[in-house]
Amino acid sequence: MITIFYLALFACCFMCLYRIGRGPSAPDRTVAIDILGIVIVGFCAILSLETGKDFYLNVAMAWALLSFIGTIALAKFLEGRSFDE
Amino acid sequence: MSDIIGYILIIIGILFDIFGCIGLVRFPDVYNRLQASTKCVTLGTILLLVGVAVISGLGPIASRAVICAVFIMITSPTAAHAIAKGAYAAGVELWENSVVDKYADHANKKDE
Repeated sequence: MITIFYLALFACCFMCLYRIGRGPSAPDRTVAIDILGIVIVGFCAILSLETGKDFYLNVAMAWALLSFIGTIALAKFLEGRSFDE
Repeated sequence: MSDIIGYILIIIGILFDIFGCIGLVRFPDVYNRLQASTKCVTLGTILLLVGVAVISGLGPIASRAVICAVFIMITSPTAAHAIAKGAYAAGVELWENSVVDKYADHANKKDE
């Protein structure tokens, strides 16, 4: 059961990586990076369910925070403004 | 009993994840990809985290999973909004068969 979950999430990750590689414009890649971060949070949750250890969810929280900050920074950069505005 | 409910929630969540990622690959332009993938993957991951919390019961895993779910629920729409605005400002064209572009009026009004 857990193996099927892993394979499905791997498929999601590879679809995101395909869009990061092929995406014709920069916003496509930014969307794919955002989605990849959220999928990896779910991956950490499944890891934590399998092993019964809780620190994987600490990793998930830190990953969600950093992914959000990175996405906001890339969006500001796309908009052509500096990070202070 | 809680195991069955939790596994059902996780399976539904992973199905939403897969459909969102298929939308990310198949849809024609940035805005379509954004609206397909962001909403589906957010809901799917929240369901997955809630399922993990239901299976593990009260304890450290459940509390952290719920915190993660609330955090994703707040931040993911914000990030999607920022990306959409940034993509429009960067001059990404809409798909040729798009029907309506209501943001154009607003953007032009702001320029004047």
